[in-house]
Amino acid sequence: MASVSLRSVHKKFGPITVLQSIDLDIEDGEFVVLVGPSGCGKSTLLRSIAGLETINGGEIHIGERQVNHVAPKDRDIAMVFQSYALYPHMDVRRNMGFSLNLRKSPTRMVVERVSAASTKLGLNSLLDRLPKQLSGGQRQRVAMGRAIVRNPQVFLFDEPLSNLDAKLRATMRTEIKALHQSLKTTAIYVTHDQVEAMTMANRIVVMSDGVIQQVGAPLELYDRPANIFVAGFIGSPTMNFFDAVIDGKQAGLADGSLLALPASAAVTEGQKVVIGIRPEHLHFTDTGIPGTVVVVEPLGMSTQVTLDAARERVTLLALERPVLAPGDRKHLTARPQDIHVFDRASGLRVN
Amino acid sequence: MATQQTRLLGKLAVAPSVIVLFLWMIVPLALTIYFSLLRYNLLDPGNESFVGFFNYEYFLSDPAFFAAIGNSLKLVFAVLAISIVGGTLLALLLDQAIVGRNIVRLMVIAPFFIMPTVSALVWKNMFMHPVSGLFAWLMKSVGLEPIDWFAQYPLTAVIIMVAWQWLPFATLILLTAIQSLDEEQKEAAEMDGTPPISYFYYIVLPHLARPITVVILIETIFLLNVFAEIYVTGSGGPAGNLPYLVYFQGLLNFDVGGASAGGIVAVVLANIVAFFLIRMIGRNLEG
Ligand SMILES: Nc1ncnc2c1ncn2[C@@H]1O[C@H](COP(=O)(O)OP(=O)(O)OP(=O)(O)O)[C@@H](O)[C@H]1O
Ligand SMILES: [Mg+2]
Repeated sequence: MASVSLRSVHKKFGPITVLQSIDLDIEDGEFVVLVGPSGCGKSTLLRSIAGLETINGGEIHIGERQVNHVAPKDRDIAMVFQSYALYPHMDVRRNMGFSLNLRKSPTRMVVERVSAASTKLGLNSLLDRLPKQLSGGQRQRVAMGRAIVRNPQVFLFDEPLSNLDAKLRATMRTEIKALHQSLKTTAIYVTHDQVEAMTMANRIVVMSDGVIQQVGAPLELYDRPANIFVAGFIGSPTMNFFDAVIDGKQAGLADGSLLALPASAAVTEGQKVVIGIRPEHLHFTDTGIPGTVVVVEPLGMSTQVTLDAARERVTLLALERPVLAPGDRKHLTARPQDIHVFDRASGLRVN
Repeated sequence: MATQQTRLLGKLAVAPSVIVLFLWMIVPLALTIYFSLLRYNLLDPGNESFVGFFNYEYFLSDPAFFAAIGNSLKLVFAVLAISIVGGTLLALLLDQAIVGRNIVRLMVIAPFFIMPTVSALVWKNMFMHPVSGLFAWLMKSVGLEPIDWFAQYPLTAVIIMVAWQWLPFATLILLTAIQSLDEEQKEAAEMDGTPPISYFYYIVLPHLARPITVVILIETIFLLNVFAEIYVTGSGGPAGNLPYLVYFQGLLNFDVGGASAGGIVAVVLANIVAFFLIRMIGRNLEG
């Protein structure tokens, strides 16, 4: 187990900068999830930590050691790949023991470690099978077993669940989390699925275009997104955004209606802002922003209503079951403390 | 979608080509079998008579037959060994990011496109010629006695020539296979800290098992039929293989009956080899 720290890490592919000045401290035993849209550099960052890519600037420390020029095998890390990358000609047992055998570990130790890992992962009955004789979820488990037997300082996962179906993904998510809680090894996990990020992480790192947008605990990111990008990326259905101009203690929306701002908003008269409101924080009232119902989608536990209001498409999640039909005219509001205010020019949070 | 009529129509439509193909194969085979049972010598035309299996007895008890079989096998095994070992090494080399990789690849493939007759002539007159050949010049320039390849080591010379032609084929197939090795698997091996020899032995070689079997199958079929290189270089006497012996019987001894019997023997032997090869391949291609 070890901490990982990145100091202004740069990475370029030819002329294209893929990572710019990444600073990140991951504590010993932490489970950190990297999320971001496709192509934002998550895999590149993970592979740089693994040593599969050489960085063009900055420093990477694993534990006390600076590893910029250390070969992947000597970094004492294990990686679980998206396609699992099992060796197709070796059975499960040999797949798991391969790295230890290469290190000339004593046979007894290899056998012990492999059987401990396979017990932990429920692979005992599959040890003599070849990868092609396993299901996707079982292969996934073998890939994790292969990482576990090495007893590394850090686990790296690159979208390990993206090849599984939705149900299995949920199961494996729980298993990986449980595994982490019993092993307490530092883990860095890449995904573009924000549900995985929210449920598994101790801390989430949101990236976009090779830049870290925000680092924080899942609910911290949800409740206090640092900028418009994070606000829109975290949460499903996504946050509603309204362009607005500050008018006293209120925000004037595009259709002229006014919305009370939270007391903490540091804004000036006439400032152009973006107001963000989560779907579950919007309510129907008698006065407020007028809107027209477009679609009503009952989800069981809640009802999702799509409306046109203040020249935007707006989503509202209602826990009660409103009786509505498309075309109905309603008024919307939100409590001031539930409102997120962002500066329109910089995109940064101002409350 | 195939209704009764369309299926019948389909059968009628392919029937002519099937029949032609069948005749194409069966007529020569039947005639060869027929000739192999006759005493049929071109020096004594019009006197053909039925002799039963005499031609087979004669052919199979001829010491030249065993020499020819031996040469055939030596040729096949030697060329297979050279082209697979060499092909694997070359493929590993060409897989590296070297400068001018595309040109090097093209040059490596080139021998495969050269006609056997042409390559045999080039090898014979420009490389292995004891007076004017490149090898002779090289040996003389370091003060050694030049080798007269086709007089002293005819079979080796033929093997070198044929291997030179087939090495590119093996290289090409194995290179394609190496390049299809999964990137993430390579990286997993890198993270596991696999040293190059282990990497080759545990990861690359198992991956190459199938393409190697395919190379063995295809090359064996063609190598059993090598003729031009032996004929053109005049190495038929000491290095003649089975096809050359058949040619020798038929067109130099004018013994059509004996040559036909030899042809049939060659067909039977080729089928035995094919049987084992196909079984071996089938096992390897299954999973
Ligand atoms: N070997 C490479 N050569 C050139 N550009 C590359 C290379 N690998 C990645 N890139 C580029 O770097 C950027 C980041 O890629 P990366 O694989 O890190 O994205 P990602 O965040 O993992 O995306 P995804 O969620 O789709 O996996 C992309 O724009 C990609 O095109
Ligand atoms: Mg990726």
